Amino acid sequence: MEEILTKYKTTKLEDVKVWFKAASVEAFPKDGGACVKYKDLQIAVFNFSRLNKWYATQNLSPEKNEMVLSRGMIGDHNGIPKIACPLHKKTFSLETGENLNGDLAAIATYPVKIEDGIVFIGFEE
Amino acid sequence: MKKVVVIGNGMVGYKFCEKFVASEKFTDYKLIVFGEEPRRAYDRVHLSEFYDGKTAEDLSMSSANWYEDNNIDLHTSEMITEINRENKTVANHRGDTYTYDYLVLATGSSAFVPPIQGVDKEGVFVYRTIEDLEATEAYAKKLKAQGKTEAAVLGGGLLGLEAANAVKNLGLNAHVVEFAPRLMPRQLDKGASDMLQAKIEDLGLKVHLSKQTQFLQGEKSIEGLQYVDDTELKVDMLVVSAGIRPRDEVAKECGLEVGTRGGIIVNQQMRTSDENIYAIGECALLNSMIYGLVAPGYDMAEVAVQQITGGDTQMPESIDMSTQLKLIGTEVASFGDALNEAKEEIDEITYENKRKGIYKKINVSKDGKKLLGGILIGDSSDYNSLFQIYINGMKLPEEPEDLILGSRGSDGGGLLGDVMDLPDDAQICSCESVTKGQICGAIESGEATDVAGVISCTKAGTGCGGCKPMVTDLTNATLKSLGIEVKDGVCEHFELSRQDLYKIIQVKGYTKFDEVLDNHGNGGHGCELCKPLIASLMATINADTANIEYAIQDSNDRFLANIQRNGTYSVVPRVPGGEITPDKLIALGEIAKKYDLYTKVTGGVRIDLFGATLNQLPLIWKDLIDNGFESGHAYGKSLRTVKTCVGSTWCRYGMDESVSFGIELENRYRGIRAPHKIKGGVSGCIRECAEARGKDFGLIAVEGGWNLYVGGNGGATPRHAELFAEQIDNETVIKYLDRYLMFYMRTAKPLQRTAAWQERLEGGLDYLKEVIIDDKLGIAKDLETEMKTLVNKFECEWTQAINDPEMMKRFNHFVNSDEEDDNIVFVPMREQKMPEQWK
Repeated sequence: MEEILTKYKTTKLEDVKVWFKAASVEAFPKDGGACVKYKDLQIAVFNFSRLNKWYATQNLSPEKNEMVLSRGMIGDHNGIPKIACPLHKKTFSLETGENLNGDLAAIATYPVKIEDGIVFIGFEE
Repeated sequence: MKKVVVIGNGMVGYKFCEKFVASEKFTDYKLIVFGEEPRRAYDRVHLSEFYDGKTAEDLSMSSANWYEDNNIDLHTSEMITEINRENKTVANHRGDTYTYDYLVLATGSSAFVPPIQGVDKEGVFVYRTIEDLEATEAYAKKLKAQGKTEAAVLGGGLLGLEAANAVKNLGLNAHVVEFAPRLMPRQLDKGASDMLQAKIEDLGLKVHLSKQTQFLQGEKSIEGLQYVDDTELKVDMLVVSAGIRPRDEVAKECGLEVGTRGGIIVNQQMRTSDENIYAIGECALLNSMIYGLVAPGYDMAEVAVQQITGGDTQMPESIDMSTQLKLIGTEVASFGDALNEAKEEIDEITYENKRKGIYKKINVSKDGKKLLGGILIGDSSDYNSLFQIYINGMKLPEEPEDLILGSRGSDGGGLLGDVMDLPDDAQICSCESVTKGQICGAIESGEATDVAGVISCTKAGTGCGGCKPMVTDLTNATLKSLGIEVKDGVCEHFELSRQDLYKIIQVKGYTKFDEVLDNHGNGGHGCELCKPLIASLMATINADTANIEYAIQDSNDRFLANIQRNGTYSVVPRVPGGEITPDKLIALGEIAKKYDLYTKVTGGVRIDLFGATLNQLPLIWKDLIDNGFESGHAYGKSLRTVKTCVGSTWCRYGMDESVSFGIELENRYRGIRAPHKIKGGVSGCIRECAEARGKDFGLIAVEGGWNLYVGGNGGATPRHAELFAEQIDNETVIKYLDRYLMFYMRTAKPLQRTAAWQERLEGGLDYLKEVIIDDKLGIAKDLETEMKTLVNKFECEWTQAINDPEMMKRFNHFVNSDEEDDNIVFVPMREQKMPEQWK
């Protein structure tokens, strides 16, 4: 289980080497999320349409290592966009991955871009 | 660095350490603590909860590493057997010695066992430590295996009654045997004792008063009590709870002054006859008294800490012994001079209501100006107010009886009037000695901004918790006086309460979350609190299912299944009233086998299928629907089951068809979204096999109709439903239930079950009856119409979902692959499977 966490590393926009073509924008609910498979990674992608922004994070909840974050609910806390894990409502910043209501490890975040109605996720490799 | 050795690690010994750690001078001292029990200090006041499933760890006063984190050396299972005052050392039973600069004796007390012939027989126990409880439990088990069931408790005082409750919880018939002619003779008068006796006898305990035991019958083990009046009581076990004796042996041996009847003599500074030795708690003899309550013990701990670190706080010469507690489910409180021990000329005012099991007495000075003391049985809700009036010598109303009868005038204000009228030094929390000034100060200084903040910075309410309502009132009143609005908004995005949002959505006819947020929110984007709440409100008001706008639904509602600990789901089809055909049972078994699901009968007597992946959910549901099942809404804040006993269709005792009616009710209310889950129960007779009184609504068939009960639940705070209407017919039951449930759905707070809602409803059950039965608010017709719309528009969410290809997309784990989650691992368990343990 330990290894599984280390597979997910925050990727900065300037370090992106691969833009992975995930799915069309319609595949993601408005102001909600869905899960994308990339190699052996599970990435949660969120369509924050109220902010007109897209976010991507690891799908793995760092609390108990379950692949569930994409099924959580998004929203904001004091203006910080966040995702709430469906298991115990732990919340994480969609911008930085930081745990907002506890001291769990931050989740990895990835850049997202939209081109011609298609969602792309940025990876280092 | 000076060394402080503490002998004894009970509640008061621990409190001494806690207060020492909080002291500014703590770093100048080193604490070494010895406890003779194997465990670190635990909460002895709530010891009987050990039999309700609490573990020793749950009862512990501190976390496992608290002592280490605070650099305190704790020696458990070590008994100090010698104090050498000259060399200032102590020695344990092994002969290891330790030096001290200050010594604190917190050795507590032991159970007093009267010298009755035969008390050394097998089957005789005391009630003091966790080890005592374990030994008692083991013996009770042995007895039950032999078909023996009778157990006596010697002593009808506070602890004796606690012990009797514990014995009853072990499944034995409990007999309380008391020497005095009344229960709790030190706190209660005859009238109060009679009322308490009636209440606990209702619960199956037996009380034997004015009984003096001569000897214990039996050869090797106890077989009965022989009284001096030549009568006897046959019992198989005895728990002695006849009082406490201070543990002063080691003090006496080293020459400290002790009282003639025991107890280490201390002055107001808690200092013994040796200036470097202090004694606190139940081993200390202060004001020629042993104080057996925890609150004065904590005060003594505070004084000892102050004295050692150079302060000058002292114990008062008279200590208030007022108490409020729940004893065997009955509220009992006594304050001040309840038994007129001062033997002054006073006026006694009593109120007794046998029907409701309430007894109240107050002692008022002859001039009618002062409240001297009182007793409350069965309803101690006015204790806090009465205690404040008594302790602060506050002015009494013109007619002092208003204090226990309530004002019969029109103003209807509380007993105290305004809580803010209390003096600043009024003690609100007596367990932690927190005054009104400290509570209000915490808010005025900005240290706390709400009740939780006040509790965490003052510790008020962390002991018995009885003062919490008053802490809340003071907090709200102080906030208000500072011009800060007390909000009951649902979250940071809405200042509106659930009830306000309900009205707004209903009036404006909103159907989208964004409409509500943009028009009535605070400018944010919603969160996991307001989104599912508004989803639920819109489902109720617009008679919709959870399939509308699925991204705002709580995760379980979004996927119409219950997420389990490894991210898989469980599936519960509806089985109304628990009635199921053999064919349907077989179908469930076959479907479970086909998808390799773990199966279990739920607490609500339905069949739960566990371990379904997200992708499997629609496949499983297609099969279930093909076999005639529909969604059981186990995932929603909505009706779960209506549990039924088999009733008059089969049972030879049945008074009515409980199954038929249960099915009708379950089908009527299925699918409606409520503030929280709702459960029902229907029993065919008063034997109550369906446990209907543990449900949000319950029916029991009686001669001439149904008795309707409302507002019960299991859960963390179990509560029996209250009798709402008697001997009513099916039609009336449905009429009242339609109104009741709809009224609850309109007015409850988010995630508030009917029990909590009903308890906090101003005006209580009487008010509820006025609204539901007498239609005092003139809304009954609306409530019925709204409920009828919900009933008529019911649709199975799963049938909806599997027939809509757009909705089905929701159930793919990946949007770009048909694969399933590869992170799920099952392990075998008892011929089935379970998720791998959390690492």
